Amino acid sequence: MKELLLILVPLAAAALAALWPHDRTRPWLLPVAGVAHALLAFGLLLRPPEVPFQPWLGYDPLARAMLPAVSLLFLGCAFYGVPYLRLRAERSNRVFVASFLAALGLMSAAHMARHLGVLWIATEAVTLCSVPLLHFNNTPRAFEATWKYLLVGGTGIALSLLGSFCLGYASLHGGGTGDLTFVALMSQGAALSRPWVLIAWVLLLVGYGTKMGLAPMHTWKPDAYGEAPAIVGAMLAGGVTTVAFTAVLRVRAVVDAAGAGVVASRTLLVMGLFSTLVAALFLLSARDFKRMLAYSSVEHMGILSFGAALGGIGLWAAFFHVWNNSLTKGALFLSAGNIRRAAGGRTIDEVSGMSILTPRSAALFVAGLFAVTACPPFGPFFSELLIVKSAFATAHGWGAVCLLVCLLLAFFGLTRVVFAVVYGRPRQAARAMDPQFRETLAVIVPPVLLLLLSLWLGLATPEVLREAWTAAVTQLSPKP
Amino acid sequence: MNHLLNLLIGLAMGLNLVALGTNRLPSLIRVAALQGMVLGIMPLVIEHEWRVLVLVIAAATVVMKGFVIPALLRRATRTANIDRDLDPLIGFVPSLLLGAAGMIGAVVLAGRLPLLPEHRESLLVAGSLASVFTGLLLLIGRAKAISQVCGYLILENGIYLFGLLLIRSTPLLVEGGILLDLTVAVFVTGIIVDRIQRAFDSLDTRKLTVLRE
Repeated sequence: MKELLLILVPLAAAALAALWPHDRTRPWLLPVAGVAHALLAFGLLLRPPEVPFQPWLGYDPLARAMLPAVSLLFLGCAFYGVPYLRLRAERSNRVFVASFLAALGLMSAAHMARHLGVLWIATEAVTLCSVPLLHFNNTPRAFEATWKYLLVGGTGIALSLLGSFCLGYASLHGGGTGDLTFVALMSQGAALSRPWVLIAWVLLLVGYGTKMGLAPMHTWKPDAYGEAPAIVGAMLAGGVTTVAFTAVLRVRAVVDAAGAGVVASRTLLVMGLFSTLVAALFLLSARDFKRMLAYSSVEHMGILSFGAALGGIGLWAAFFHVWNNSLTKGALFLSAGNIRRAAGGRTIDEVSGMSILTPRSAALFVAGLFAVTACPPFGPFFSELLIVKSAFATAHGWGAVCLLVCLLLAFFGLTRVVFAVVYGRPRQAARAMDPQFRETLAVIVPPVLLLLLSLWLGLATPEVLREAWTAAVTQLSPKP
Repeated sequence: MNHLLNLLIGLAMGLNLVALGTNRLPSLIRVAALQGMVLGIMPLVIEHEWRVLVLVIAAATVVMKGFVIPALLRRATRTANIDRDLDPLIGFVPSLLLGAAGMIGAVVLAGRLPLLPEHRESLLVAGSLASVFTGLLLLIGRAKAISQVCGYLILENGIYLFGLLLIRSTPLLVEGGILLDLTVAVFVTGIIVDRIQRAFDSLDTRKLTVLRE
């Protein structure tokens, strides 16, 4: 019962936000709902529900391994959102706050979905909720980005619906009842009709891969992340992608049970490597520091997909990496938001010398850069190391080498942009900075905390999380 | 029973070709709406006993796809004051030929796929594949935002057709949720189309080229 509150509390808060009369106080609903959600998610992480899960929704081990990370990221974004929306006082934040809260509730539902249909409904609803968030800035560029997001994302999600139906038909054709719960599909196992399972896998991987931003379905990402407000970018990069990754993992477990696990692993491996490669190449030529973050996200989705393809320890490390990705992306997006507002520009041609104008955000941006490119002692270093080690252990040495080369290229690309933004002399336009965009504690503390959490995860991964990730691996591959 | 169903699916497939061949936006919207309504009554043909929920879903589909969504799109064309999708990326004759080829391909492919005995005689899979192909063709080949939304609708119709294979096993609650999501999706798209019109003073998506590497 408690797990349903994870969905209902944010949705109720969203309804309240839609009715709340005052623009000035409405943003406070974000941290209130965020704290409640985090308390619930971590309470359930520490004391997992004893009662058997409902057939359609449940805080099962997979949800337990992922959802608290999203909850933490939301909390950081929520506290950042209050001062951010105060800076944007000239327009109503009613739709923004309500959609942001509703997105949290729907993301919880998508993480906990144990039925293909419910999973699809929740994911599609998250997509739709993000639309008003993306064009909050109301610029033509923002509408262009939103349109591409709707078109590419909508087509992707439509294909995943077709894939869900194909998986249902695989069950019918194999003599089953067409029950679309993951438990029923997995228990039908090898009886599922193989051709239909393979068709379903391709469609579902393309569909949810679009949402995740795996190349070559990543084209909407740079536009959307570049134009969206920082907290929305952070939630998309750390929350929505996690939803899609969870979906891919759930489907993959069914394909595995149907005896086509080798095909599934191979496609995930190839797509993972291709995504990191594409991201690395685009990062080498990136000039816009917010679009750069999008390519970095594509790179990390590639790493997740690569880790998931390895299975076992690699999958465990992928869960670890989901947490690291959420926390570091949060820190990077929020500090980039501070820099972007103060600088009044977004490319390295317009912006430089931010270490003088916004010293704290700039320092944070550099620290976030080192975290996200997996420099020790931040969390991503440990999770990526584990993925590479497990690749060598499972005779995927060549894959690991390709991955490392791409990571190195991405590192060059990212450092090039970040240092160009941070060092040098401030440009004329930025020197006349609007005083209201000066750094305050309220916009510095949330990203700092997210980054410190990532550091802590790397140095001392809590036992309860290790156990949660192990349980999730066991849930996905029941065979020893 | 199956004959009536196949007749309806054949009608939907014919509408695909009409959609590919027309250059007038109002008729494209009308075609998408008609196809939606044809699909909406199919559950009544398939189900032997009419449960209340089936009736509700069928009625909701017909109202949404046949009236609400087209009205929304028609309003958008009127405010944008456009009537035709001139010089599309893929011309009307080539897209018509591609659509016909896709339809034949869909029938051949559906014959090759392993189907349950009760579905072998029906055109459901072929119609579904043909509509998905048509939808993608419109999404890629047309320049105006509204034509692309119609393409998206036809794509959704194709997926809905495939979903009818599972109508006995999927809970209608799930079907209802899917329908609701799709409606909201088109509603949201309609709003964005309206905003694009105001921001760019055009609905030509080829003008949306600021964001690139």
